[in-house]
Amino acid sequence: MDKDIKRLSLILLMAPFALWILLLIIIPHVGIFLLSLREKISYKEFTYGLGNYIEFLNEPIYWNTLLRTGSMSLLVTILALLIGFPVAYYIAKVARKKSKGALFLLCLLPLWVSELIRTFGWILLLRETGVVSGFLQTIGIIDQPVEFLYNDVTVIMGLVYTVMLFMIVPLVSTLDGMDDAMVEAGYNLGGSGFTVLRRIIIPYAMPGIVAGSIVVFMLAAGSYLTPILLGGKNSSWFTEQIYDQFITRYNWESGAAFGFLLLAFTSIVVWLGLRLTGQSLATTVAKD
Amino acid sequence: MIKNPVFTLAYRCYILAFFLFLAAPLAAAGMFAFNDSLFPALPWQGFTLDWFFNDTEPKLGMFHDRRLLRGLYYSFIIASCVSLMSVFVGTCNAFLFTRGQFPGKGVLYILMVVPLVIPGVILGISILVLASTIANGVEEAYGWEWDFLRPGLPLVVLGQFSFVTTITSLVITARLQKLDFSLEEAAFNLGAKRLRVLRTITLPFLKPALIASGLVAFLVSFENFNTTLMVVGSEAPLTVTMFDRMVKVGSTPVLNAVSFFLMIGSGILALAMVFAQRNSKSE
Repeated sequence: MDKDIKRLSLILLMAPFALWILLLIIIPHVGIFLLSLREKISYKEFTYGLGNYIEFLNEPIYWNTLLRTGSMSLLVTILALLIGFPVAYYIAKVARKKSKGALFLLCLLPLWVSELIRTFGWILLLRETGVVSGFLQTIGIIDQPVEFLYNDVTVIMGLVYTVMLFMIVPLVSTLDGMDDAMVEAGYNLGGSGFTVLRRIIIPYAMPGIVAGSIVVFMLAAGSYLTPILLGGKNSSWFTEQIYDQFITRYNWESGAAFGFLLLAFTSIVVWLGLRLTGQSLATTVAKD
Repeated sequence: MIKNPVFTLAYRCYILAFFLFLAAPLAAAGMFAFNDSLFPALPWQGFTLDWFFNDTEPKLGMFHDRRLLRGLYYSFIIASCVSLMSVFVGTCNAFLFTRGQFPGKGVLYILMVVPLVIPGVILGISILVLASTIANGVEEAYGWEWDFLRPGLPLVVLGQFSFVTTITSLVITARLQKLDFSLEEAAFNLGAKRLRVLRTITLPFLKPALIASGLVAFLVSFENFNTTLMVVGSEAPLTVTMFDRMVKVGSTPVLNAVSFFLMIGSGILALAMVFAQRNSKSE
């Protein structure tokens, strides 16, 4: 009797989870995979095959865009790590107890504002008639308005900005757990600042580094708004291709293939990253 | 530790520069809401509140701009639905993963986290494809028009719910893990029934996490753009309306006014959350 009740309550608890994951995550993704294998012959006549993927390979624009998105996202991840690590270390280890929480909240500030508004802010700062161009003219560094938008550097900067806190939060939480005595011991044993960083701090922070990098890479590669608004028409981000195939050209079959490729590509990069650093998905992403 | 004053100073400057970098676009987006000019750009033409309250073109304020207000209304409805649904499912998930014993728990836990790392655009299209396939199938087979499966409010809610639930699940799970099991045990020993224990011990303990995760869900839903764009119908929420305006009309200070309004709104939500957390600590 008691066992039956336990089983029943487990099933009842499982039901929302199962409905959510099955109906909104698994079946839709299997669905776009199946759709990506479908080729249109004529009205309501289809055949199944790898045609959409072959088309992708035959058109250099498509796979160039994917490679470009991947490599730029990788660059964004590295930059976010390099810029964010000192900040995270400062929050976790250098700042005093009181200012610690405040600094951490400040880091989360951009999360509270829509990506659209953040990007809008960057546009106002960086465009030809924008604040930065005007400021540089006033102090005499440039003598006519300069357009800072619509180039790769700006897109990368905008993405680094957008994903920054997803790097900082896991870094702070791992570094927080590090005993100061470890660093102290490293110095006492005669290590230089650099040695201590390389041999003690970075290995300790590795789970945080990997977790942050995975999330940041996925977010950057999957982002849509920042590249199209800051990069303009020529940003050639892969999600833009997906949107284009789906909504503008109404070519769902190849759009689905593109979507699946992006998912596969980013998963492979993440998997490689995990293998290279010897971490597992369960211990990094699922932990926090 | 080695204390090098030059290094310490440089480090402090770096941190300061970093926070300036974080604040710069937010300041720019908010500031021009008060500039008495037709364009959100310098020079400063003087302070005005026209972009909020003026009721005539060309300086139509946001509180008289019907399309923006409608967007705000839809965003509000969507966010309320998403946060209620995701808090409910998130609570079930928290109980499932902290209390339940079943095979494949680890794999299912990872599955629960996965929606957070799937690109929003892909979540959107995959749900759009499934919904359309079902809607087309039903229409062909039975001639029924299932409009709720066409792009529109219900699909937007489902699309956002699909990944927001991961966030609420993680927040509520973290709280439930901290609950001392002996409290509930004691209540059982005193003869309380299961439901009564849930109502008097467990749910009050979870309340701060429920409120916090509900607020986060509301906010994430309100801000979402990528997933929403793929499944949006004619009832466009605020972010999509703003984006349309930006692309079609170009940026006008009314967008700054909306940005400022939203930042204030999020600020209030953030404060509410801090209070919810603080209450939980004092207990």
